[in-house]
Amino acid sequence: MAEAPRETVETDVLVIGAGGAGMRGAVAAALSGARVTVICKSLLGKAHTVMAEGGMAAALGNVAHLDSWEAHFADTMKGGKLINNWRMAEIHAKEAPERVLELERWGAVFDRTRDGLIHQRPFGAHTYPRLAHIGDRTGLELIRSLQDVLVHTPAVDVHMEVTVASLLTSDGRVAGALAYARADGRLILYRARAILLATGGAGKIYRITSNSWESTGDGTGLAYEAGAQLQDMEFVQFHPTGMVWPPGVRGILVTEGVRGEGGLLRNKEGDRFMEKYDPERMELSARDVVARAINSEVLAGRGSPHGGAFLDITHRSPDFIKSKLPSMYEQFLKLAKVDITKEPMEVAPTIHYYMGGVRVDAETGATNVSGLFAAGEVASGLHGANRLGGNSLSDLLVFGKRAGEAAGAFAGAHGGSAPIDSRQLEQATERLLAPLRRPHGDSPYRLMSELQEVCTKYAPIIREEKGLREGLEKVLELGGRAQLCGTGGPNGRAFNPGWHTAQDLHGMLINAEALFRSAIERKESRGAHARSDYPRLDARWAELNLITEKTPDGMAVRAVENKPLPYELTEVISQSFKRYTPEEIS
Amino acid sequence: MARASTGDHVQQLRMSVFRGDASEGEMITYDVPVREGMVVLDAVLWVQANLAPDLAVRWNCKAAKCGSCSAEINGFPRLMCKSPVSDYGAELSVRPMRTFPIIRDLVTDVSWNYEVNKRIPKFTPSEKDAFDPQPWRMQQEDVDRITEFRKCIECFLCQDVCHVLRDHDRKDAFFGPRFMIRIAGLEMHPKDSLDRRPLLKNEAGVGMCNITKCCTEVCPEHIHITDNGIIPLKERVADLYFDPVRALGRRLRGGGREPDRGRSR
Repeated sequence: MAEAPRETVETDVLVIGAGGAGMRGAVAAALSGARVTVICKSLLGKAHTVMAEGGMAAALGNVAHLDSWEAHFADTMKGGKLINNWRMAEIHAKEAPERVLELERWGAVFDRTRDGLIHQRPFGAHTYPRLAHIGDRTGLELIRSLQDVLVHTPAVDVHMEVTVASLLTSDGRVAGALAYARADGRLILYRARAILLATGGAGKIYRITSNSWESTGDGTGLAYEAGAQLQDMEFVQFHPTGMVWPPGVRGILVTEGVRGEGGLLRNKEGDRFMEKYDPERMELSARDVVARAINSEVLAGRGSPHGGAFLDITHRSPDFIKSKLPSMYEQFLKLAKVDITKEPMEVAPTIHYYMGGVRVDAETGATNVSGLFAAGEVASGLHGANRLGGNSLSDLLVFGKRAGEAAGAFAGAHGGSAPIDSRQLEQATERLLAPLRRPHGDSPYRLMSELQEVCTKYAPIIREEKGLREGLEKVLELGGRAQLCGTGGPNGRAFNPGWHTAQDLHGMLINAEALFRSAIERKESRGAHARSDYPRLDARWAELNLITEKTPDGMAVRAVENKPLPYELTEVISQSFKRYTPEEIS
Repeated sequence: MARASTGDHVQQLRMSVFRGDASEGEMITYDVPVREGMVVLDAVLWVQANLAPDLAVRWNCKAAKCGSCSAEINGFPRLMCKSPVSDYGAELSVRPMRTFPIIRDLVTDVSWNYEVNKRIPKFTPSEKDAFDPQPWRMQQEDVDRITEFRKCIECFLCQDVCHVLRDHDRKDAFFGPRFMIRIAGLEMHPKDSLDRRPLLKNEAGVGMCNITKCCTEVCPEHIHITDNGIIPLKERVADLYFDPVRALGRRLRGGGREPDRGRSR
């Protein structure tokens, strides 16, 4: 029999993840009267949200008075190629301004317009300047402001550097989670009436990514294993501009703010090649369009020396660049020895964001597992087939709040947590501890690196059936090997990253398998999912979302029809239709 | 075997890393192949993936945005992700931050900082501002003044290098540079209404700082911690407590020696 956790924590709402969605959700749950425990894999305030640079999209209309929730909604739907959960897109567009203003009242500081209002910067595929920002570190500002509120909310406890291994359920309802503390490896059993997943994405399944080590798809993995449905797992966003050179920094994000502030993309011949791909919006086209454009230029032999494109902001004054893009200036100077006020940057697409994730109810973030909620990147629906820049930070606030409130209400309506199924707990413990007993098992680092190679090679920016099938086979083979992997060496429990990596690998493999299975099924090109064997948008697929779920026979993917748009929202979109690019219409 | 090739390009790096815990430990040397643009964190992660799978290190973004990978490289507190190997030649050493207790290898227990943070009253607008139905207006120049302080990524390198904390271990008497900056960001926020000067003078111990500016030197965000943060805070405290005119006023009013704590401005 496996060892039992010696420590049990009882709480009303358990929030897993302390990025923007987790923190906003925790505050909302606490305000609704629940006792809340937040657990995060890292130290508080280090979540991937801090890397968000450009800003948060909200139709405040401070810079462009014509902006409206309708315009924001239409942009979001068009960017997502219309398979977004339209209700989420509607809620998001309507509530984002309120959430941004609320964050300001919690102490967040934004750049100002001349008359003292929150300034808004233009961004890709947003019709109007819409991103509330502070320089190029808006994510950090969001995190610090929420952190300030969170640590001063007495009903909230934060457990840092704790990793969840499994969710526990009882009769289709969540009952708790098995976790371990990274510092000393002790096991902790959390018992909760409701659980909010806010674990972010799974960018780490790729080799070249802007994501931090934490983005290992834990939430999607945990939810899937607990019986929740995943959705649209084939849509993984390549951010058009990641650093290319030197190799050590490959993939690190170059904010879209550079283009928002006037940066120009050129190929090695000096042409502004976006003219060919989206003459109207040029550099500020949707991310999927710009990423594919750079990819095409490189394939056509017109790339920069290290296989990317040039991004040039030198026509702006050095003072302007240093005040609007301070961390980009610093990043290139320090890591690439490039002074961006004098020379162009070299950029290429990098894995950035998961549009897919846990399927949720638009109003509450509820999953199909009773008491389990999800918000932020781990949830799916708002962004459809491609996310617009700036919509992520506002997503965290809008749906973090809603899901937190719903989880709080659920906890209030249920007198206690569901009972713990001891067999389930035992199995979860067994799986978690197994790598420690295999000193000679495969190295988890090697497996992770192989997985990253497989995803990078077989699910690239342009995909095709043969490659996807090959990739799936390799992922399944890696999955088999991972079941026997060890820690790679010593088997101590105290801060042993080999053991942590073996655990992270578990979620990554679920995400990778779901990605390949869904990508094979969607036989068309839409948004971030581009296929050379089905190069066109197919109207029949516009009505279908792909659901991934656990069945007795393993992982299964099936198409479900999405809810049709109500007439008034169809009108909102068609009125803005004139802004479709030739590529979008084709 | 470490060897430097001609010029400044190093093929192989000989890196010694502290391995151990709070009770014991030693420096272990690893040979690491160097690729162009490699930073010290890359080298540490290479060792972890290839030679020492249990080498404990804290890191997140590898882009100098999260402030997790603080360590002492050749004795200097730095972010490992922002320290190109090429800056150091063929050999370097990496140790954990000295001011905090070691958990394991390069990972230290920085929880004290989080406890300190809780003791700083949060951003508190005036009642009038809080209930103002109109969106707030602020001027860019007022925002610019505190933007610098809010850039802090909490790497705690300034805490690590602060003499009061590092050499004298006076965590009981001084919040440290990081939290002076945190307080400065709140005190100079155009919409904040609390007076944290009594906190600064007493619990936070702003007087403990003797302005050696080591904190400013190590800040990866280039925050002028002493000049723009701590010195103005010291001045504010001095204005309140040591201004002769105010002191006379207090004596005439017959009040206590100290102004009320936490009162509104």
